[in-house]
Amino acid sequence: MKTVNQKAWFFVLPVLVLVAFNALIPMMTVVNYSVQETFGNNIFLWEGLTWFQQLLTEERFYKALGRQFMFTGLILVIEVPLGIAIALSMPRQGIWVPVCLVLMALPMLIPWNVVGAMWNIFTLPDIGLLGYFLNNVLGINYDMTQDPIAAWVTIITMDVWHWTSLVVLLAYAGLVSIPDAYYQAAKIDGASNWSVFRFIQLPKMKPVLTIAILLRFMDSFNIYTEPFVLTGGGPGNSTTLLSIDLVKRALGQFDLGPAAAMSLIYFAITLLVSWLFYTLMTKDDLN
Amino acid sequence: MAKITLSNLRHSYYPNPTEPSDYALKEIDLDWNDGGAYALLGPSGCGKSTLLNIISGLLVPSEGRILFDDKDVTALPPDQRNIAQVFQFPVIYDTMTVYDNLAFPLRNRGRDETTVKTRVTAIAEMLELTDMLDTKAAGLSPDNKQKISMGRGLVREDVNVVMFDEPLTVIDPHLKWKLRSKLKELHQRIKATMIYVTHDQTEALTFADQVVVMQDGEVVQIGTPVELFERPAHTFVGHFIGSPGMNVLPCDLRDGQAYFCEHQVALEGAVVGTPNGKTEIGVRPEFVTLATSGLPATVSKVSDIGRHTVVECDADGSKISAIVDGAGPERGAAVFLQFQQNQTRLYVDGWIATQAEEAQS
Repeated sequence: MKTVNQKAWFFVLPVLVLVAFNALIPMMTVVNYSVQETFGNNIFLWEGLTWFQQLLTEERFYKALGRQFMFTGLILVIEVPLGIAIALSMPRQGIWVPVCLVLMALPMLIPWNVVGAMWNIFTLPDIGLLGYFLNNVLGINYDMTQDPIAAWVTIITMDVWHWTSLVVLLAYAGLVSIPDAYYQAAKIDGASNWSVFRFIQLPKMKPVLTIAILLRFMDSFNIYTEPFVLTGGGPGNSTTLLSIDLVKRALGQFDLGPAAAMSLIYFAITLLVSWLFYTLMTKDDLN
Repeated sequence: MAKITLSNLRHSYYPNPTEPSDYALKEIDLDWNDGGAYALLGPSGCGKSTLLNIISGLLVPSEGRILFDDKDVTALPPDQRNIAQVFQFPVIYDTMTVYDNLAFPLRNRGRDETTVKTRVTAIAEMLELTDMLDTKAAGLSPDNKQKISMGRGLVREDVNVVMFDEPLTVIDPHLKWKLRSKLKELHQRIKATMIYVTHDQTEALTFADQVVVMQDGEVVQIGTPVELFERPAHTFVGHFIGSPGMNVLPCDLRDGQAYFCEHQVALEGAVVGTPNGKTEIGVRPEFVTLATSGLPATVSKVSDIGRHTVVECDADGSKISAIVDGAGPERGAAVFLQFQQNQTRLYVDGWIATQAEEAQS
């Protein structure tokens, strides 16, 4: 006879409580703010979808969103091929493997605000090593505090420096899992290096690359600390990404309602793009 | 197609080998005739895969030469040797269809699409892959995947040799038999030289006309399946081939006569030379009979293997197996064993040391 044991619910309870406190309750608070107006003192006025309508008709939001997509797009276009290229050129065996892996992992171990501060100091034109070198030795006019293009080059370079390693490590893991027989068979079949990459390495790396791209998309789309410390969103608003704009609204202008509405839209975009991407990448595996 | 000659081949995975044990392959001299079906049989780690990779060009031997039809190919890479190799695990190109998989080696060599189509269709027909040509190769079952790997080997019409490196390892038992007979059939149709590496004696004996038995990087015996069974040149071959393997019993040699536990054992013929070393008697369980007189022994185990019974006996601490028809004696029974004289041989330091009985006809 099968006995129904309800005790299992008891064991799930801690997780439910945890999820409630770290996700559900804060999220519902945001939902609460997004449909009301508040002037502090716990006084709330119902506003309905006003904040959403306001936001979606506002140029400022679309500009920030555009910058955000540009940032994420650029870093993906650079980091993914670069990461694959580095992973391909790393040794597969021998004493250099751990050395390479540790070197690769180092940038990822540095706290995000430290990365921002490092690159800020590094690139300042008067005191930074790189900034000084570019301006005074190579004679290139480079000042990320004044010039939007220089600012963009700097935040992209910083992100590439910080996160390409993630793509490298995942791609490398995919590469080392390919059995030798594949390379041997390809040699016997007379395959060129490009064919080996196109028909063996790339397909075998596909699952890990999907995860890598997904992680890099979500992380870069939500990036805040590094560009905030590095450029503070400037010069002007040229590097004001979505998250920076959001914080300006919520904490700078204290527009809690519009900020909450923006958070929800921001969240929905991240979720939608991630879901679309993942579904498209894995649809072949299902059948 | 070509005759393959291995001359003074030695290989070590160490940069500066000194001891014989540093060598994965010790001194191999072998000829593989054009169109032959060969098996390379030996336990794991005996050097058979190393030998295979040297023939295919994936490994360059430390010493010696490989000739294809008297042309030295030792330094040539695999794609210039015109060989095909099927690996233990099926290698397929996941993103391609079955057709593209089979066409891949031809397209890489710049053949025109009409030739590709003719060849692929013919090979698919032979391997019964025709209905799957348009499907993606990734979702197929292991035996079909392995057929694709074979097909990629066979699709080139000028291939010198097709090598199989334990190709049935991941195949379900009931399909193994099917694929094995398919291979045999393919060999008869294509007439290419085929080398089949395995540690499974059944696979080797059913596939090959000539079996090369290897142990510790050396070739121990080359022969037809019958020769290997009937007259093992080394006790290792006796052990390795046959189920159960050959009985090997320690013996003393006095005046050209062999004695096991002070019991004289008649040998097939005269002892060759003056034996110096460990002497042993070898006789297959198939040629041991239970009789009313002979070598006294106690039955220690009886196992029914279908039409026959394997009777394991203990004679003065040595284990002797006999295969008898019908039911065997009880465990613990006292029996007498007789060895069929023309199948009883002397081995010195593992190597055969008796002359075969003169052919009587």
